Amino acid sequence: MRLVVPLLASGLLLGSAPSADAHAFLERAEPAVGSTVGTAPAALTLRFSEPLELAFSVVRVQDATGARVDRNDATADPTDRRALRIGLQALRPGTYKVTWRVVSVDTHVTTGDFVFHVAPP
Amino acid sequence: MSISHTRARRLVAATILALSVSLLPSASAYAHGVVGKRFFPATIATDDPFVADELSLPTVSSFREAGENGEPSTRTEEVSAEIAKRLTDEFGLSVGYGWQRLKTSGESDRTGWGNLELGAKYQLFTNAEHEALISLGVDAEVGGTGSRRVDADRFSTITPTVFFGKGLGDLPDSVAFLRPFAVTGLVGYGIPTQAKSSQRTTDPDTGDIDTDIERHPNVIEWGFAIEYSLPYLQANVRDVGLGSFLGRIIPLVEFAFETPTNRGESGKTKGTINPGFLWAGQQMQFGVEAIIPVNDRTGHDVGVRAQLHFFLDDIFPTTVGKPIFGK
Repeated sequence: MRLVVPLLASGLLLGSAPSADAHAFLERAEPAVGSTVGTAPAALTLRFSEPLELAFSVVRVQDATGARVDRNDATADPTDRRALRIGLQALRPGTYKVTWRVVSVDTHVTTGDFVFHVAPP
Repeated sequence: MSISHTRARRLVAATILALSVSLLPSASAYAHGVVGKRFFPATIATDDPFVADELSLPTVSSFREAGENGEPSTRTEEVSAEIAKRLTDEFGLSVGYGWQRLKTSGESDRTGWGNLELGAKYQLFTNAEHEALISLGVDAEVGGTGSRRVDADRFSTITPTVFFGKGLGDLPDSVAFLRPFAVTGLVGYGIPTQAKSSQRTTDPDTGDIDTDIERHPNVIEWGFAIEYSLPYLQANVRDVGLGSFLGRIIPLVEFAFETPTNRGESGKTKGTINPGFLWAGQQMQFGVEAIIPVNDRTGHDVGVRAQLHFFLDDIFPTTVGKPIFGK
């Protein structure tokens, strides 16, 4: 019985919470985090755990020399506010670093980075 | 129920109510456990270094502690709650309380509330690039606010504490798979407000009166948690295909120790090793750990601890999840 009360309170807390949003953490990327792809991708897609404020979100893709190789045209997926898509220039074989900083709709800021590799033909 | 016990419960209720209606808007710089790319989960056996708006409800545990001076061991079952509230981005307060059942061989079970636990913490240093932070805090177990039936101390204990956290995300590419590792920890010094206490007992057979004197040493409270963040692995090192459920698990081992420093108890360390896992969702976290005693002085049996933990800054981002006084 002593355990039932706090568990009920916990359930009520979640049940009564407004339709809240939270920190946007990266759930999936295409090309995938740390992956090696055989064909140079034309775009990078990032999908997060929460809807984003695109105007305050930044994604960069750089090659091994630090040169920016994205097209600086990040757009939100019209069917999924959790996803961002950014075009890429023609990528040569090599390692590319993705750096992102996004703001979820409740204004929480999260950041991250990862690399992917384009294999030689 | 004692008067002090009733007052304590009212104080908890009033504090939680006051925290819950704190609606003043402010900025949110460091929310629950996020430093740079790193999300540090709320640890269970050892307090983490973060100042946050969070609620642990409930934390349940069962552990048999070794008896002292030849006395039989006692299993303690506890159900507790703690709420923490930011006053500013870097400074927050916490209130905790727990109900206990003590089971000792050959005796009737004893139940009651433990002492009220109050805390204050200041996040002194935060470095996003190196996923590092240091906090200073002070905890107070308020004597006399719990029940004598469960041996709640009649005296208070004040514990100034240094907390730290460090993620290994700045390791080089050659050891990228070690980057999800992180460590958090604390070192505190518990100072009781009484050096000793005495209790007079009457022998039922002879009628003789005995006086038992219990000494209360100062205690170094220290511990740390080593964790491997699968969310960090998935998002920043390599997507190994764990998916959105398994990819939220953070295996960890917590080490919690107490080392008395004086009054005849110097160096008699007690402690537990607590392996387990945490599952961190968007608004809440669940965790379960084994409690393994490190020596005979601590106990002989493995116990268990579990916790449901809510991120109030994510559940109520515009109201109680914000610091009362922002930047």
